[in-house]
Amino acid sequence: MSTLIEPTALTNPVEKVLRNDRIPTIWCPGCGLGTTVNSFAYALMASGADLKKTAIVSGIGCSGRVSGYVALDSFHTTHGRAIPFATGLKLANPELTVVVYSGDGDLTSIGGNHLIHAARRNMDILVVCVNNMIYAMTGGQAAATTPGAATSTTTPYGSFEPELNIPQLVDAAGACYVARWTAFHVKQLEKSMTEALKKKGFRFIEVLSPCPTLYGRRNGYADGLAQMKEYKEMAKVKNGAPTYEVAITHGQPIIVGKFVDRDRPDYLTLMRSQLGAHYHEVAEVGVGCGDESEGKEGCCSC
Amino acid sequence: MLTELRIAGFGGQGVILAAHIIGNAITLVEKGYATMTQNYGPEARGGAASAALVLSDEPVLYPYLTRPDILIAMSLEAYTRYGPEVKEGGFLLVEEDLVQLDALPQVPKCKIYGIPATRFAEELGKKMVLNVIMVGFFSAITKAVSPEACRAGVEHEVPKRFLDLNVKAFNKGYEYGLELLTHQGERTHPGEEMIPGLELENHTK
Amino acid sequence: MHAEKESVLTGTHFINGDTACCEGLLAAGAKFAAGYPITPSTEVVERFAQRAPTVGGLFIQMEDELAASITLQGMVWAGQKSFTVTSGPGYSLMMEHIGYAAMTETPCVFVDVQRGGPSTGLPTLPAQGDMMQARFGSHGDYSTISLVPNSPQECFDLSVKALNLAEKFRVPVMFMMDECVGHMTEKVVIPEAEEIEVQPRRRTSKKPDEYLAYEVGEDLVPEMAHAGEGYGLYVTGLTHDKKGYPLMNPKQQRELVTRLFEKISRAADELTIVEADGVEGADVVVVSYGITSRVAMRAVHLAREKGLKVGSLRLICVWPFPEKLIRELAPKVKALIMPELNMGQVVIELERFAAGRTKVISVPHPGGTVHDPLEILEAIERGAQ
Ligand code: SF4
Repeated sequence: MSTLIEPTALTNPVEKVLRNDRIPTIWCPGCGLGTTVNSFAYALMASGADLKKTAIVSGIGCSGRVSGYVALDSFHTTHGRAIPFATGLKLANPELTVVVYSGDGDLTSIGGNHLIHAARRNMDILVVCVNNMIYAMTGGQAAATTPGAATSTTTPYGSFEPELNIPQLVDAAGACYVARWTAFHVKQLEKSMTEALKKKGFRFIEVLSPCPTLYGRRNGYADGLAQMKEYKEMAKVKNGAPTYEVAITHGQPIIVGKFVDRDRPDYLTLMRSQLGAHYHEVAEVGVGCGDESEGKEGCCSC
Repeated sequence: MLTELRIAGFGGQGVILAAHIIGNAITLVEKGYATMTQNYGPEARGGAASAALVLSDEPVLYPYLTRPDILIAMSLEAYTRYGPEVKEGGFLLVEEDLVQLDALPQVPKCKIYGIPATRFAEELGKKMVLNVIMVGFFSAITKAVSPEACRAGVEHEVPKRFLDLNVKAFNKGYEYGLELLTHQGERTHPGEEMIPGLELENHTK
Repeated sequence: MHAEKESVLTGTHFINGDTACCEGLLAAGAKFAAGYPITPSTEVVERFAQRAPTVGGLFIQMEDELAASITLQGMVWAGQKSFTVTSGPGYSLMMEHIGYAAMTETPCVFVDVQRGGPSTGLPTLPAQGDMMQARFGSHGDYSTISLVPNSPQECFDLSVKALNLAEKFRVPVMFMMDECVGHMTEKVVIPEAEEIEVQPRRRTSKKPDEYLAYEVGEDLVPEMAHAGEGYGLYVTGLTHDKKGYPLMNPKQQRELVTRLFEKISRAADELTIVEADGVEGADVVVVSYGITSRVAMRAVHLAREKGLKVGSLRLICVWPFPEKLIRELAPKVKALIMPELNMGQVVIELERFAAGRTKVISVPHPGGTVHDPLEILEAIERGAQ
């Protein structure tokens, strides 16, 4: 049941960006997700984006619910596939500002391939990846981002896999903008989101966020605040840091900041410049097979 | 009337284009029915190419060949592989410089005609048009499709800038075929000694 | 509404089924598509990649079928008509998103050019082994439409129809081709654009503040709004209410899933799309679909030459299954024969609706080629006894 809050003279400044009829959220007390959404709401307003022409797409998971709390065109898709859905939206209506907001398991594990290829294609979308280092919605299983020593319900003795350095991955794949912040760095995050919203091409922001319920408690953090404190103490802002140096290692400083900011033509720009005059013009299309059909005889068998 | 036709050779000879020309001729010009199928399997790799056509005056139901009435063999492999399938009394049209009839232990019992299509194509300036020469030859010998329809088929399938050349190629094959039919038995053409179809025709009826 | 002139390749052509399918989808208004190459369906997207930019659209080759099958849905929600094309293994990968399209009522077409399976099976040879997958492949309960063409001409005609039905009922429509029909080249007549009926997107006429995304009228199909139009859409694969908001309880589940079924079952008559030949007064009726129907027809001719009273009933729309028709037909005949290029899939439904009132003879075939007409003839003769 939702709690009815008496309207007061004081309204939330980000109210117009939120679906107030969906609030309170399903998120646990101390969860960092709401904090990131707050920064995002401010960024949306600051960026000057036309909210009517902005769509938000999520996959599945606690972070996957973000799309449903933001008063934009919201698409809650399938597990891991927010990026390809967003790709379809953008291609079919280039006027849209398209944001993917999802979790680490969703975007980097089950959806990892889409992440790589959207960055490679330089699809003009912003991806916000909330990294809570765990599969939370399903009850705290290990993710590709779970730090080695940490335990989870499926790695009760600790994980035997090194964690993924997400900024390095998307940087290598060609992202135009790569940044990392934590739920503690609300102002920096907001600024980064604003900047990214205004930029063209594939943009990626990782936000470390406490999951006290399923990650924190099991790994020695009393509550969300304890994780926030760690972010505060351990975080080191290093703008422009080479992404191969920003892996998150237990007990080591957490490198945050804007790592990559470069320009290269996005997919649609490249398409238009390559197709040039041919685009929209009815070109002659051979209906027969002609010479090229000879190639098809060797057509593959797989 | 249902006619089953196979065209076979190796990749680059334009086997599929030849089948398309005939299919176009039958369906678009002669208002008949044609169903063309191709081999896409791994056997289609390594250079072999083959197209199958079922030609009919009513809609084709069964899409594949049972036993071809006509085989156009543009390579030795095509001949050895598909030659034995040809119906007795059917037509076997070969590129005579590429096909040695005795490569099969038993020469198929059908009407066999040869044409040095590759050489003709080279004379016309482009080896590529050998397929269209074969189509002309096929039209003249088998009468399965009229030359007018075939020419229209060529026009439909071939890019405009190559049209002249291809029509020439068609005519070359067609005229050679007609000539061969009138001089049957006479050894006036280099390829003819291979098998001038006549005796076999008598043999198989 | 009819087709846009620039999208329609009016004329008489000698083209294969894959190409014809692409032309049909273009004619029906699809300008955007996503795909991933797989034999024997690739020619459809190769063709589309060539054609789409000429009509102001585009084709994107995604990193896998999972991506392709949801990218197209993004395209639909951005306001375009869209589809994807695949085969066997790719079709299996797309299943989750067929469910997503059914749940979110995203109108689109999934083309499956069936090849021999299971697994990698026979990439270059035909089968009809995905028919049950077309009906039940995604998890959970949903109802959708499957059309099955038997010639390149129908690959054109019915792909237009497939997209039209998708738009009309807001469902993913399965266009179930097979390798033989896809790779077969025949004459295809493409009419003038004005002669091609096109179902426009069912868009809401309501203003954003009065619009409920999943509110339905008489035919149980909601009207659509697109991203970027100011409606503040909420689209989710979770069980949802009329607003589209997640509402996960047994009552809402019943309301939603029942409606998803009913919007199709109410249109049973419209979706009974068959071709009957000599069924009236026949002793035996051969029921078939797709490429098999042509081979079956050959067998029917052979049987008639032998003096048997044989009819042919071709299912053009296999799902929803023409239940009523079979219920009525069953008591009138000695036997129903069903040849299919699988080990007996649709025949299960045939048996269910024949309900013991006539003999049902299955003529299974594992695929790789089509039936020998004599196998079907033999079954007809058995049925006639
Ligand atoms: S489980 Fe973790 S991530 Fe999910 S809402 Fe609770 S605290 Fe947040």
